[in-house]
Amino acid sequence: MTDSSAKIAQKGASRTDFKTSTSARHAVDGVFAVLVFVATIIGLIVLAGLVIDIVSDGLPRLSWQFITSYPSQILPQTAGIYPALIGSLWLLVLTGLISVPLGIGAAIYLEEYATDTWLNRIVEVNISNLAGVPSIIYGLLGLGIFVNLLAPITGGKSIISGAATLSLLILPVIIIATREALKAIPDSVREGGFALGATRWEVIRSHLLPMALPGALTGTILALSRAIGETAPLIVIGAATYINFTPASPRDDFTALPIQIFFWIEQAQPEFVQLAAAGIVVLMVVLLLSNSAAIVLRNRYQRRA
Amino acid sequence: MKVVLTACAYLSVLTTFGIVLILIFETLRFFGKVSIVEFLTSTAWSASFSGAQAHYGILPLVSGTLLTTAIAIAVALPVGLLAAIFLSEYASTRLRRWLKPALEVLAGVPTVVYGYFALTFVTPLLKGEVVPWFAPVAGLPVFNALSAGLVMGVMIVPTVASVSEDSIYAVPRSLREGAYALGATKREVATRIVVPAALSGIVASFVLGVSRAIGETMIVALAAGNQAHLTFNPLVSVQTMTAYIVQVASGDTARGTLTYQTIFAVGATLFVMTLILNIISYWFVRRYREAYE
Repeated sequence: MTDSSAKIAQKGASRTDFKTSTSARHAVDGVFAVLVFVATIIGLIVLAGLVIDIVSDGLPRLSWQFITSYPSQILPQTAGIYPALIGSLWLLVLTGLISVPLGIGAAIYLEEYATDTWLNRIVEVNISNLAGVPSIIYGLLGLGIFVNLLAPITGGKSIISGAATLSLLILPVIIIATREALKAIPDSVREGGFALGATRWEVIRSHLLPMALPGALTGTILALSRAIGETAPLIVIGAATYINFTPASPRDDFTALPIQIFFWIEQAQPEFVQLAAAGIVVLMVVLLLSNSAAIVLRNRYQRRA
Repeated sequence: MKVVLTACAYLSVLTTFGIVLILIFETLRFFGKVSIVEFLTSTAWSASFSGAQAHYGILPLVSGTLLTTAIAIAVALPVGLLAAIFLSEYASTRLRRWLKPALEVLAGVPTVVYGYFALTFVTPLLKGEVVPWFAPVAGLPVFNALSAGLVMGVMIVPTVASVSEDSIYAVPRSLREGAYALGATKREVATRIVVPAALSGIVASFVLGVSRAIGETMIVALAAGNQAHLTFNPLVSVQTMTAYIVQVASGDTARGTLTYQTIFAVGATLFVMTLILNIISYWFVRRYREAYE
């Protein structure tokens, strides 16, 4: 024990001498035990309330027609979420294609190649710092760089601008998850490879990557599902509200599920708010599917390890 | 191959440079039109007006942000800390294995969903429209800082709980056993031995929670409203820095206009605030970490 914690413990004890009545102390203990339990399940109760609220609002409105129709500004009865769903799927695929190789590459460098230089330490601190930057700031970055500066390449407020912005947002998460997976591989694997004359890259490709992949994928899927639910950065880069076509190329304008939901809530009329609830149900189902995939992967991985 | 991998890693530094440069660049252009003194000291924010009626004082937006953040932390800190104590000291290993991921689901719910919940359920609940005999704040307006802050607090609970729990769990058994041997009860061990010993991690979780709350966008944009007031009354509508950025960005704003530059100036303020908090948290953990053998 260090000095400071000894002091803390001492101060605690001298300030309040233990009461001599054991039964009173045990009574307080009982109350405290209930309190900590309630604090733990309070979050779960709210979660249950949230799900019940949304499903009861949205389920009556949910239909095949809702999923396959285009949104309408005037007719909530026939409005649907099709372009937003397709937009979100585009974003998911493109964000994955951009962020996964970059994230895994960066993690491999930091874990397997990087030596302890000041430059590499900056990279490490920087990555943990980036993880704490609010998502809306990434939106401003995307607006300044991908939408305006690189407009000739990205086409402005396009799917690719959105995907690039979301990729930068989730990169730190993917890097951290992949590094954890690489760290968990014992050094004997690396040394065995080197002893057989393999180069560092050969060891990485043939052994480290396959072994780290399940762990890295779990983290990646969680990061991607965070990306699907992100609203603020996409609003900031100017994702469209009403789209009456299905985007066909990465340079097209787009909308996404959370954006569509946000604008429906903003409409304030009850019919539109109900549409928002139905949209949230669709979004939650998409998230549930991707998270289940992550859990299945993790379980398979843990069994083998 | 190494070159490619190195480039991937350094991309993150490039991202930071990109953020900083774009914020500085647009903010400087903003300060070319609006004085920095007006920005930092004026108590009125009415950037959507034009001419003499336009005021660019960041204080009302900062106060809105601090107000919703304070409400959120008032919920998240006690609930998260108590939950951390339960998970680490009271729950059986099996219960813990189920409860931790279940709590983490709360952190994975998209914030736009929380915004919907705050606006369409929590506010009506507080007004007494859901349960007739339960109306703690009957005259609550549709948009208010209270419900936004409360829901944001619930969203942050898993962050506070999981970071606190990690440091509480790391307190060695011997400290607990020493206290038990002296006749302390379970609660006394938890609150007087374990929590003080894990204080650095708990403070870090608190700072992290504040930083999350300050940067949170969709809940406040949907439930707290869009009126920039310099007020600390939780029962009225306020606008946070993030909500302002969303309000401007969801309209059509041409590049190069003053309105376009305001969102970067506000964003820069937000970035500096969260950066300072992240540095404090990082520094605090390093400085006050109790190292046990």
